[in-house]
Amino acid sequence: MKSQLLSLAIWVPILGALPVFWLGSERRSLVRWLSLAVAVAGFLVTIPLYTGFDTSTAGMQFFEQAPWITRFNVQYMLGVDGISMPFILLNSLITVLVVLAGWEVIEDKQAQYMGAFLVMSGLMNGIFCALDGVLFYVFFEASLIPMYIIIGAWGGPNRVYAAIKFFLYTLLGSLLMLVALIWLFLESGGSFNILDWHHLRIGMAPQILIFIAFLVSFAVKVPMWPVHTWLPDAHVEAPTGGSVVLAAIALKLGAYGFVRFSLPIVPDASHHLAPLMIALSLIAVIYIGFVALVQTDMKKLIAYSSISHMGFVTLGFFIFNQIGIEGALVQMISHGFVSAAMFLCVGVMYDRMHSRMIADYGGVVNTMPKFAALFVFFAMANSGLPATSGFVGEFMVILGAIKFNFWVGFAAATTLILGAAYTLWMVKRVVFGEVANDHVAKLKDIGGREFLVLGLLAACVLAMGLYPFPFTEVMHASVDNLLKHVAVSKL
Amino acid sequence: MLNNFVMPDLYPAAPEIFLLLMSFLVLFVDLVFGATHRWIAAMLTVITLLGCAALTLVTSDGQTTLTFSNMFVDDLLSDFLKLMSYLAVIMMLVYSRQYLSDRGLDKGEFYVLVLYATLGMMVMISAASLLTMYLGLELMSLSLYGLVAIDRESRRATEAAMKYFVLGALASGLLLYGMSMIYGATGSLEIGGVAQALYQGHSEKPVLIFGLVFLVAGIAFKLGLVPFHMWIPDVYHGAPTAVTMFIGSAPKLAAFAMALRLLVYGLFGLAMDWQKMLLIMAVLSIGLGNLAAIAQTNIKRMLAYSAISHMGYMVLGLMAGVIGGQVDPFTAVNAYSSALYYTVAYVLMSLGAFGMVLLLSRAGYEAENLEDFKGLNQRSPWFAAMMLIIMFSMAGIPFFIGFFAKFAVLLAAIKAGYTTVAVIAVMFSLIGAFYYLRVVKLMYFDAPVDSAPIAAGLDLRVLLSLNGLAIAAFGLFPDAVMLVCTTTLMRSL
Repeated sequence: MKSQLLSLAIWVPILGALPVFWLGSERRSLVRWLSLAVAVAGFLVTIPLYTGFDTSTAGMQFFEQAPWITRFNVQYMLGVDGISMPFILLNSLITVLVVLAGWEVIEDKQAQYMGAFLVMSGLMNGIFCALDGVLFYVFFEASLIPMYIIIGAWGGPNRVYAAIKFFLYTLLGSLLMLVALIWLFLESGGSFNILDWHHLRIGMAPQILIFIAFLVSFAVKVPMWPVHTWLPDAHVEAPTGGSVVLAAIALKLGAYGFVRFSLPIVPDASHHLAPLMIALSLIAVIYIGFVALVQTDMKKLIAYSSISHMGFVTLGFFIFNQIGIEGALVQMISHGFVSAAMFLCVGVMYDRMHSRMIADYGGVVNTMPKFAALFVFFAMANSGLPATSGFVGEFMVILGAIKFNFWVGFAAATTLILGAAYTLWMVKRVVFGEVANDHVAKLKDIGGREFLVLGLLAACVLAMGLYPFPFTEVMHASVDNLLKHVAVSKL
Repeated sequence: MLNNFVMPDLYPAAPEIFLLLMSFLVLFVDLVFGATHRWIAAMLTVITLLGCAALTLVTSDGQTTLTFSNMFVDDLLSDFLKLMSYLAVIMMLVYSRQYLSDRGLDKGEFYVLVLYATLGMMVMISAASLLTMYLGLELMSLSLYGLVAIDRESRRATEAAMKYFVLGALASGLLLYGMSMIYGATGSLEIGGVAQALYQGHSEKPVLIFGLVFLVAGIAFKLGLVPFHMWIPDVYHGAPTAVTMFIGSAPKLAAFAMALRLLVYGLFGLAMDWQKMLLIMAVLSIGLGNLAAIAQTNIKRMLAYSAISHMGYMVLGLMAGVIGGQVDPFTAVNAYSSALYYTVAYVLMSLGAFGMVLLLSRAGYEAENLEDFKGLNQRSPWFAAMMLIIMFSMAGIPFFIGFFAKFAVLLAAIKAGYTTVAVIAVMFSLIGAFYYLRVVKLMYFDAPVDSAPIAAGLDLRVLLSLNGLAIAAFGLFPDAVMLVCTTTLMRSL
């Protein structure tokens, strides 16, 4: 069946951004409504990806192929499997929420702000469905440009530093990946097809080098300890929408890269270096969890919590069992909802108080009861309370880890304590208690638009927590297939 | 005696002859109308170049034709490079029209010198003998020295011209010395004859290598490779921006042709030797160019160092033609066409970048500091976006042509086994990304210091927009230009 759905998912937001840019900042309400229309259209075209998805096969679906650069045999080749499809939906949904979140608070150059998010949404959809190495790389790197502008132009006081650090850090990783991609092209006799590479025989020494090149690239993006330092800076300085997209989608790109490239292309190196990966993941989970505990800035706290949660994801991938990998994928989606919601909550407060410091708040529940209820709910999800999505992924990964090795599972399980500690302690200080000062006393509760955004996310978090089957169902076949690939040596 | 004289076939050289004749006309017209109607000379120059383009297209038959006793060659490569050069020169003339007239530099000399420099490039591009190459090179260089100093009032320009002249003369001397060595060793001035002699292997290797070193030095000077790069920052900085734009565009094509004709067509037998020399210079150029560019506050100087690094990347393709002494035509075409593609892409980006500098300049004001780009997004979102495209393209970020150019040369280098060099090159391009990012930062994140409206004329605005969009479009659809480059080389090697 010929299908153009994936192309639509990529190009609807990107081309839709052009008239938004063209409108300029003068006609604000028109810009907003047009951006919303484009974002919603971008989301609507991705829905058939879920409804028309065949859960029985691990093959690539909604496949598209056209020659792009004939000289290097580069194809415009798109397709999704159970691993990548959910992220396209997640990304397109988050874009709608980001447009809504920037509705009133962005006053300066709103057209460019909205346009940049739309372009980025399309580029990130491209990353998730590219099946050609160069196409993947091109989307992967091009998505840095809008994010750089978003952080630098609408961010906080130290935004320039954060933007440049973000860009260079990420570029560092991806450049090494480029060399690895070219090497694979030459080794495979002239193919950039990722699926061909899955069957390529590679010796152990090159496998290790390729694994390391991919590791640097994806570890920066995830981010894994010790290359995580750009993330707190970027998150703190970015505008709310930027933080949301970074946490919900951009971090998933790195993790996705491990599943699409590292594990199936160099399985022997993956097995060989798995202890290293598990160690790095556990450091992220435990050490970064403690770092989060001492933060005084809410955004920074959530940023560190993101790193810690992403440690769970990489842990799940490198214990090589079905429940671990599926748990990691569920955790990625769940974290997409929860971290987006947490950053939006901080954004809601920041818009009113212009402060992200925990110490400036206290007793918010007295003046913003509706908001407080939602915020507490998301905090619970962030700390992995059963019946929220946060629990499902973490629980599955811990199960997988215990299967792999009891002590690894044990160490990973400490996150349930640490996560609860830093999140709930923050919530306690911000939301509960007496009204701390006059500014808090003057706070207004959230309006309809904010309620809609947060409510929608809350519904997703709850639905995924209560009934995760629709999410895991689409993954089964693909994860099975991935594990088969990883189990076969390519030496 | 006269019986021995055979009239050479002039047909392949028709564009050169046409240009020469037209340059007399420009001189004459300027003499008569120069004082009152300066635009006539400019118009005639553009018409001349368009005429040359037409003649090049008409005489192009895809065959390799030698004429003037095997000293001049007309092949697909020469046609392609000449057409690109005309395009670059015409774009330069349109970009700089207003800049020149604002400063009273649009004199007849300017146009005549531009034409002669172009003629020099055409001769270089079509050179089939060492002497023709030298002749073209000197014609181009001498015209360029004059152009740099065209603003007699400017001390910096005069100083730059002196530097350029002294170093350029030295480089010419080195080149000529190298040529004499090659001639001594092979007994031939014809590039084909040199290749033949090398193939037969009777020549003395030490003399050949000795000559080769000087030849490579001369080529490196024209390309601006470290350690022969000293003139680039000063000349780029000192020359009027229009002239900088000229030097930074079409002559790179001619220098590429020179490298290809001398090293690949002539001294292919010594490829394993000159590849090593190029390798060292490429790495040094990429390193020094990117590092030094960070420290610049003047955008012309920054672009000068960036030019050094870009030529370094281009050479990565040039040195990947022969792998382990094994001559494989497919590999060679791939490698050299990636270098050709890089050069073409670079010329397009370089024209755009200097076009931006000209856009922000106005009568009595040179917008040549990085500060002048501050807050451009508020002054003109459209041109800020164009500069964004140009900068990210130069940094090698997709979807722009600069990325695919880097991609092609990296692929060639890795294929030739230079994986470590490729890793070094990409690491330096990470450093390079910083200073391109800084320009974007100035435009998008800072408030403007200069709030004057952009005064540039419609012609410049349209051309600059087309230039920027072309960089983006050839990035989205890189296939066409790549195929043209490959086909050209395949049919000319």
